[in-house]
Amino acid sequence: MKTYDLSSDSLRELNQALHDADITASEREWRVANPNGAHNIACGLNDAISVDIDGHAGYYCAGMNQKANVTVHGNVGVGVAENMMSGMVHVKGDASQSAGATAHGGLLVVDGNASARCGISMKGVDIVVKGNIGPMSAFMGQSGCLVVCGDAGEALGDSIYEAHIYVKGSVTSLGADCIEKEMRQEHLDEVSDLLKRAGVETDPAAFKRYGSARQLYNFKVDNASAY
Amino acid sequence: MTDKQSNPALRESATFGRDVIAEIQRAAETGIYDIRGWGAKRKVPHFDDLLFLGASMSRYPLEGYREKCGTDVTLGTRYAKKPIVIDTPVTIAGMSFGALSAQAKEALGRGASEVGTSTTTGDGGMTAEERGQSTKLVYQYLPSRYGMNPDDLRKADAIEIVLGQGAKPGGGGMLLGQKISDRVAQMRNLPMGIDQRSACRHPDWTGPDDLAIKIAELREITDWQVPIYIKVGATRTYYDVKLAVKAGADVVVLDGMQGGTAATQDVFIEHVGIPTMAAIPQAAQALQEMGVHREVQLIVSGGIRNGADVAKAIALGADAVAIGTAALIALGDNHPRYEEEYQKLGSAAGYYDDFQEGKCPAGISTQDPELSKRLDPVAAGKRLANYLRVITLEAQTLARACGKSHLHNLEPEDLVALNIEAAAMARVPLAGTNWIPGQQF
Ligand SMILES: Cc1cc2nc3c(=O)[nH]c(=O)nc-3n(C[C@H](O)[C@H](O)[C@H](O)COP(=O)(O)O)c2cc1C
Repeated sequence: MKTYDLSSDSLRELNQALHDADITASEREWRVANPNGAHNIACGLNDAISVDIDGHAGYYCAGMNQKANVTVHGNVGVGVAENMMSGMVHVKGDASQSAGATAHGGLLVVDGNASARCGISMKGVDIVVKGNIGPMSAFMGQSGCLVVCGDAGEALGDSIYEAHIYVKGSVTSLGADCIEKEMRQEHLDEVSDLLKRAGVETDPAAFKRYGSARQLYNFKVDNASAY
Repeated sequence: MTDKQSNPALRESATFGRDVIAEIQRAAETGIYDIRGWGAKRKVPHFDDLLFLGASMSRYPLEGYREKCGTDVTLGTRYAKKPIVIDTPVTIAGMSFGALSAQAKEALGRGASEVGTSTTTGDGGMTAEERGQSTKLVYQYLPSRYGMNPDDLRKADAIEIVLGQGAKPGGGGMLLGQKISDRVAQMRNLPMGIDQRSACRHPDWTGPDDLAIKIAELREITDWQVPIYIKVGATRTYYDVKLAVKAGADVVVLDGMQGGTAATQDVFIEHVGIPTMAAIPQAAQALQEMGVHREVQLIVSGGIRNGADVAKAIALGADAVAIGTAALIALGDNHPRYEEEYQKLGSAAGYYDDFQEGKCPAGISTQDPELSKRLDPVAAGKRLANYLRVITLEAQTLARACGKSHLHNLEPEDLVALNIEAAAMARVPLAGTNWIPGQQF
């Protein structure tokens, strides 16, 4: 295991090493000590390595991740795993706003709570939040799944496209064009699989499904007040 | 709408002109606001209101065609390990694949590459055609993040974070369902045939302090190799430019209200933002006060049509310009050879602005395979290259007349204004006077 200590090593050195395919070919396991909330830790990874961050991370931790497995033993700031393409990001603590924003693939797991705009504009990523999520989550969500074991805040799934949302607890309110939908077998399977991958033991049948009513897909003047 | 009524007793209202009446009737009939392409059509103070003071006794001109007048520009000297060097200060602005056909994007790449300048992606991501044909490609990073992926980011020669556009500062985008082909839908990860809304705010940051961290992230991901631009629509330009510099931009792209668009509400195009000419002095002042003029480069767009516009923008403080509408016209947009078809669409050559409909007879603003095929990317690219050469030569001609051995040596002192509005906005004297409205001396 290769360790970088951000109390003495620079973030630039760390990220440069993590991006260097010659180095990551032989060093598969990495540890980041003393992250101290630094921004942009382990962003832009492009190899199937594993990175453990021992503490809190700032903004855009594991941003645009591809293939790598990043675990944060602490909380993360805004935009964790934003625009992730593949791989997995696991936050052991809480996540700030815009967790998994615009991500196209991979799995993001938050053990604690995630703040506002979780999964905003999600484009294929799967997100499992064991706690609660804040308002405006999955805004304009295009595809992928957002599974919430706790409660969801206001305006869930506003202007949503084809993303799937599953919430076990309460939903303060649904956003424009987002409705509750029937939970069929395929959805139970989908939730069950994601819970398994995130290491959560809960009954998938306890979740409700939310998605697009598809009423705002093409502009109609009669819907003007919904915009 | 263009023919004059022959009966002199009929008086058209200045307030309720026929175009205004037609729009009220259209709104009443359809219940939908007017969405269109192109830029502002109203008359606003522009570069035509400025004139150069050629050299004579007190200044020494350069010999046209013989004495050198440099045109190269280096963009991204502040932080990037690999700044972009362009041979002419005219770049191609970001226009999305989706709004434009793949052939049009390829033609833009070909034309720009032939004269050694850069082209830019747009909403919807990077296509192989444009990467392949563009020697210098700027990758736009937009609020929608449609088609945004780190592999393309790493393939880019520069990254442009789009905060706004001159045609719609404060507004998002809209690609109407009829333009969503399979390929466009797939690149954007959305169902076919639905309206694609592009958000007006970035999903993972708010405000200049966050933007600084976002820029740092993009630099970390690309290992500090390529320049990072910030594009803003011209509104509170002085402050926006200062904040962009503070956030760490290498280059500021400033798009005035005349700037083109693929599809925006007409009310937005015509009523939001300030003219390009008014924005440049604000930007230059901000850069000068921060001591980074020419170190953080300024690219200006919005209504650039000819070499005079290029030279005037540079004299007012720009390092380079970007063109959208003019580039499309050079490719073949609004060409009279399609007059009949424009008529069928309820328009005419020279007026066509319904880019959102996807029925462009010239094969440019469309995703229809049959229409797109009409545009030969090689021939269209050649026309664009010709045009870019012409306007570069024109700018050089004016610069030499002012005694400048490089376009960058042009300065506000070389300009005067034809009217008070232009003098106040451009901050140059009214012709024949030493009066700059609003300034003390
Ligand atoms: C068809 C078309 C598509 C455009 N698409 C984008 C875009 O995707 N992103 C962007 O920042 N600006 C876009 N623009 C604006 C241009 O980048 C540029 O700011 C503008 O065209 C400059 O003004 P001009 O057209 O007067 O040269 C588009 C403009 C046009 C005409």
